[in-house]
Amino acid sequence: MSPEPVTREFMLGEGSGTGSGQNLQVGVGPAHPAMHGIIRIVTELDGEYIRKADVEIGYLHRAFEKDCEVGGYNNAIPYTDRLNYVSPLINNFAYASAVEKLLGIEITERCKYIRTAMAEISRICDHLTCVGATAMELGAFTVFLYMIKAREFLWELVEDVTGARLTISYGRVGGVKADLPDGFATKVGAAFKQTREVLDEVHRLLTGNRIFMDRMIGIGALSREETIAWGITGPLLRAVGVPYDVRRAHPHWAYDRVEFEIPTQKDGDNFARYLVRMAEMEQSMRIAEQALVAMPGGPVNVDFEGRPIDPASYVDQGKQGKTEGLLLVPIRLSPNLQGQNRPALEQVNVADKRVVMPPKETAYGSIEGLMNHFMLVMEGYGIRPPRGEAYFASEGANGELGFYVISDGTDRPYRVRCRPPCLMPVAALAQMIQGEMIADLVPTFGSVNMIGGELDR
Amino acid sequence: MTGGEILQRLSDRFGVAIVETHQELGDATAVVERGAIVDVLRFCRDAALIGCDVLVDLTAADYLKFPGREDGPRFEVVYHLYSLAHNHRLRLKVRVDEDDAVVPTAVELWPIANWLEREVWDMFGVRFAGHPDLRRLLMYEQFVGHPLRKDYPINRRQPLIGPKA
Repeated sequence: MSPEPVTREFMLGEGSGTGSGQNLQVGVGPAHPAMHGIIRIVTELDGEYIRKADVEIGYLHRAFEKDCEVGGYNNAIPYTDRLNYVSPLINNFAYASAVEKLLGIEITERCKYIRTAMAEISRICDHLTCVGATAMELGAFTVFLYMIKAREFLWELVEDVTGARLTISYGRVGGVKADLPDGFATKVGAAFKQTREVLDEVHRLLTGNRIFMDRMIGIGALSREETIAWGITGPLLRAVGVPYDVRRAHPHWAYDRVEFEIPTQKDGDNFARYLVRMAEMEQSMRIAEQALVAMPGGPVNVDFEGRPIDPASYVDQGKQGKTEGLLLVPIRLSPNLQGQNRPALEQVNVADKRVVMPPKETAYGSIEGLMNHFMLVMEGYGIRPPRGEAYFASEGANGELGFYVISDGTDRPYRVRCRPPCLMPVAALAQMIQGEMIADLVPTFGSVNMIGGELDR
Repeated sequence: MTGGEILQRLSDRFGVAIVETHQELGDATAVVERGAIVDVLRFCRDAALIGCDVLVDLTAADYLKFPGREDGPRFEVVYHLYSLAHNHRLRLKVRVDEDDAVVPTAVELWPIANWLEREVWDMFGVRFAGHPDLRRLLMYEQFVGHPLRKDYPINRRQPLIGPKA
């Protein structure tokens, strides 16, 4: 006896497949194993084809812009870490540069190069994650492991400099938290060598891979006009052949003094986006290497004249009032965790008492320094840019990362607006997946590189 | 064209509809009458020498507690434009009062304005006349109020929603 034939209505819901013209609604997400990030896509399916889609976001909303209005200008730095949490350094620096634009100050040369190099290392991490995750969702788990391995090398560099891997809070208005550690360029060289090997391997695994190409070529494509109309920037815009890159169009930090190319593709599909990202990683490594070579100022912890002193006893002497001559005594601090001593601070921060914390020698050794320190941390004082507004754009890993900051002259930002680069492609996602099969949603979503932190803020 | 030339061109073309212009910190900015904003945006997009074909950002600010502007129009809707061909930026603003917080929509010019206007409605409660689908973007539908308004307290809690246990 043969079993009862199972009808399609039973499998797919009432009315589907019966020719009644009624489509089936399927919700993908908010938490779906094939999608990295919390987002809900309500699809209307006709068989396996997506006829209509509605993208719902906001699941990771943390009131970033509201929170920024509550604290001082530097208090927003940790919040910016959590915007694009795969490349937080770029967020830090872009926000700090927006406030610096309001203040009208120019950061030091060494700091420009540090920001450039660290931002590029972040960008590579971001692209590695994006490409790796996309490949994994298409079944290429090996690639994911290789790329996460490479990201690990780079995150070790980030940890070396900032003391943290993810929520790094390394940028400061007027500079960076601390100078680079000793021998950093050598470590970068070693990490890049391994990263390049990984990229070579991935190229061999994916770029000519029949399965990967079939799932990527021609999928999720947008035309050049559509991409521009949707306000999309970054790798997705370069994948349709527009060589727009904020680093070239509005050079900031040290981008006008390094050589790099802007890789572009023509087709605007997922495969073109993959190729652009792969090529960009090599360019980012070039930029970081040049920046580290051209960086002015030598190592920070050189031998001082006079006796080095450990920070704890320095503080003790200051607290006991034994400050006579203390100002002249150099202090030796680990550059990334304990704050900054004078030579290090001068190299990477602007000499502006309104903005940058005094070096520890001055803060503990003199009443002026102590007052200066207090004036920057006490409520109602702090960094006070003149009244006005500024928009500063930097090239984030997903495109133009802009900060629009309004100051009312007090120590707190009146309004901080983050222009999230991945909001625009996510807004266009519904159009990208319409008319394609539901399985194509996965690579398209991967190539958009949605980052919940900056999308929902 | 430099920022100054663009602003001059806009003033010549639209006259009194351009309320105010400035170039503080190098950002060319024009404050536009609400009724003319869509025309100005279209002109900025299509005029050959301006050619601002990208709507980079659309946001708003609440000037309720800004020193010196407490009485003035409460909201400012801010458009950031960029020209790929000419590599220049332009900022346009529209000022609206609280009791008449409506701005014409730019959805027909740029599809991305759809989501950005939804976010402004969500966060500030500024409506966009003619918008096809003015739902909240980031907050949930049952949320009461508009969180980025200056009179919305940061510590206000609203009941959690979700499927009933």
